[in-house]
Amino acid sequence: MTTSMTATIDQGTLATTVSRRSFVKGAAGLTFAFTFGGAFVPKLSEALAADGARLNAWVTIGTDNSITILCPTSEMGQGVLTALPLILAEELDADWSKVKCEFAPGNPRLYGGIHKMFPGAQVTLASVSVPAYFMPLRLAGAQARRLLLDNVAAQWKVPVAELTTDRSTVIHQKSRRRISYGDVAKFARMPDELPKVAETDLKKTSQFKLIGRKDIKRVDVPSKVNGTARYGIDVQVPGMVYATVLQTPMDGAKPESVNTEEVMKIKGVTRVIPLPFGVAVVGDTVEATRSARRMLRVSWNTSEAKAAPFDSERSKDEYAQKGKDPGAETKEWYTVGDADKALVDAARTIEATYWSEHTYHAQMEPMNAVAQVSDDGQSAEIWVGTQVQPLAAAVVAGALKTTPDKIKINLQLLGGGFGRRIWPDAPVQAAVIASIVKKPVKLILTREDDLAAARPRPMTHHTLKAGLDNGGNLTGWSHRIVAENVDAVAAPPRFQATGGKDLIGWRGMEQEYYTIPNIKAEGVREIRGMRVHAWRGIGAGYNKFVTESFVDEIAAARGVDPLAIRIELTKDHPRAAAVIRAAAEMAGWGRKRPDRGLGLAFADYHDTLTAAVAEISVDHSTGKIKVHNYWIAVDPGLIIQPDNALAQIESAVVYGLSGALSEELTIKDGAVQQSNFGDYHVLRMADVPQIHARIIASNNPPTGMGEVGVPCVAPAVGNAVFALTGKRLRHLPMSPDRVRKALA
Amino acid sequence: MTTVAFTVNGKAVSVEAEPDTPLLWVVREHLKLTGTKFGCGSGACGACTVHLDGAAVRSCQVAFEQVQGKKVTTIEGLSPSSNHPLQNAWIAEQVPQCGYCQSGQIMQAAELLAKTRRPTRDQIVAHMNGNICRCGTYPRIVRAIERAARES
Repeated sequence: MTTSMTATIDQGTLATTVSRRSFVKGAAGLTFAFTFGGAFVPKLSEALAADGARLNAWVTIGTDNSITILCPTSEMGQGVLTALPLILAEELDADWSKVKCEFAPGNPRLYGGIHKMFPGAQVTLASVSVPAYFMPLRLAGAQARRLLLDNVAAQWKVPVAELTTDRSTVIHQKSRRRISYGDVAKFARMPDELPKVAETDLKKTSQFKLIGRKDIKRVDVPSKVNGTARYGIDVQVPGMVYATVLQTPMDGAKPESVNTEEVMKIKGVTRVIPLPFGVAVVGDTVEATRSARRMLRVSWNTSEAKAAPFDSERSKDEYAQKGKDPGAETKEWYTVGDADKALVDAARTIEATYWSEHTYHAQMEPMNAVAQVSDDGQSAEIWVGTQVQPLAAAVVAGALKTTPDKIKINLQLLGGGFGRRIWPDAPVQAAVIASIVKKPVKLILTREDDLAAARPRPMTHHTLKAGLDNGGNLTGWSHRIVAENVDAVAAPPRFQATGGKDLIGWRGMEQEYYTIPNIKAEGVREIRGMRVHAWRGIGAGYNKFVTESFVDEIAAARGVDPLAIRIELTKDHPRAAAVIRAAAEMAGWGRKRPDRGLGLAFADYHDTLTAAVAEISVDHSTGKIKVHNYWIAVDPGLIIQPDNALAQIESAVVYGLSGALSEELTIKDGAVQQSNFGDYHVLRMADVPQIHARIIASNNPPTGMGEVGVPCVAPAVGNAVFALTGKRLRHLPMSPDRVRKALA
Repeated sequence: MTTVAFTVNGKAVSVEAEPDTPLLWVVREHLKLTGTKFGCGSGACGACTVHLDGAAVRSCQVAFEQVQGKKVTTIEGLSPSSNHPLQNAWIAEQVPQCGYCQSGQIMQAAELLAKTRRPTRDQIVAHMNGNICRCGTYPRIVRAIERAARES
């Protein structure tokens, strides 16, 4: 509509890229010491605020005995708003019934985690919330408790060693005195430097009073049964207008012609704005923008769009070619010994190729954000559910050509994340529109546009080779993936730093728990212009389908039981063998059932171990796979909230099964072909199996629960179909059409 | 624009909007009852389920002019103090995860229990199959409905 505006936004997109790089770089250099080395020392005046004492960056104790604990990561259903404050409350020895859980602002300097994959970063992804914050929050709780004890010791003039605590009370046994934390807050003085605490100051796990309790419920649940829970889409601010954006079908597509005049005739529509990310319609009411969106007709100039020639069906020959081309440019992912030599020397080799299709997150809350931009365009306030607050601030700042500290993010609950709410496209679009119309804007995408703007799990092709010696021993293993690289799109600085390895897309090709003398796992990069992104379980979702199916192919070739080969392969990893045995035992492995097949799979995901057995039947006329029972064992180390851990497993199994059986995006001329739940099929209640989950808990450090249930589902189901029918399914999803063809 | 008078959660209201505006947006954005959720806009997910004269409907598929003189009940009005047997059961079974679809799930289930006091598992699945939960809380939804039926 106005050329200068578009030019500005174009530059904004450029700036976005720049600030995104600096964000990731900056985050990587920070360490845990930063958070606890006194980065936050409250001034005395702050600490002595009339309503209570802020003991450190994480916790404030009210004179009314309330305790407010901040949760550094986002709540998208995985339960962190309960689990993370609970960890701090444990070491604080807090009365849990008095604890209020609130979100921390985006500020990695104060609220960054210590996970080895994301040191210093404040992110909600990769199942890292609990492992990243378990130790920091315990230390923060112990530090806060220590502050309370020091204050009481000084007040009562007793040695601090004589004081104990229990449920928000400091106790001096000798003099039989007790004082509540709230009363301590009334006189507490903060030292110039916060007391140092170390791991040796922490409770033993046997002393835990809150962690591991089955009866402690999630704090967010009551608000989620009566409509009071507030998500990004529920926010209203004074003076706001509504917007929706017909999304570009692919990056780089530009709106060429727009039926603006026609759309502007709709009552309540105030603006139609072509933008680099689509065509925005702005109106006084949400219904005006919905009507306008229905009437919008846009033709796209895709001459500069990388994805324009991409067709997910027609490109398969090219992917397959790269899968077998010895001259293809490969990047090494995981190497043990010399797999090439082992395969040449093998008495017998087995080969297979596999596929998986693009999948869409289908989070129930369509992408949305509310944005208010200052008159000078240099600062903004955003209300949004996002998985990475600092990233949202950085990218919005880039779009507005300002700095992240000028962007205030008001984090809301997420109506599903699954990886889709990592990239902050909705807040950026809302902020750009708000800066143009000079009013607060509430942007809500239609489901159709949410699909058009999908950031899918990539389509992948896999070539597997195994070598056996004369005794049938597995001597060599080779796995090549051909796919677009997710890191190249979602984490360009990391992609550059690793020399082009796809940490998201290749996850699961490594074989750390199987003892095979020679292993090669490598990637070949496709560049097709798709907006590929992290999807719950990331690369493990398809890679474990492939590798665990192939393990069964090897077992079948050798005439070995699928359980026996996995016990043999995990001989050096007792925890891995234990989950496999547990799943098999739960399922009654080996007990034949008429017309049903059993399939087994093992997977590791970011140090959490799991194995599962699926019991299935197949309708030969329709090709529909029915999963009747699903047994899953998980070893995630220490458990914070046992019931929620089970809920996460159930959730991930359903998500994984949905992906395994029916989810598929097809791409033509660079654009997603599916438009809503009518043609993008997600699992419904009738197709959910009986899920039997067992957690093998221990005092090992917690390793994360949110995704580990996903990767075993597809291979367990595929292996079960083979056990029942003798037909091997090598293409995800195992939709009725594919199954029928395979069985024919 | 047209003005439509109807009852929401027992209160008489009068709203002015375009006649074809989906009830969903009237409830959410005009009346600020945001517990009812937008999921697909095509009646395919159930997140927007409300009761219209006691029957569960997809509010994204009901034109607002059709509710003249009718009674609309949203999740906010299901019970006076969030203590409908289903809401109690939802908490007891710790059903919600992200929670976004749960208002619709509960409203859909409430219709079932109003008609069928002790539904079988098959009846529950048949009645609830139109409601998507992407967090996969389906097993707990079934358990919660069974619990509510038992305890009410």
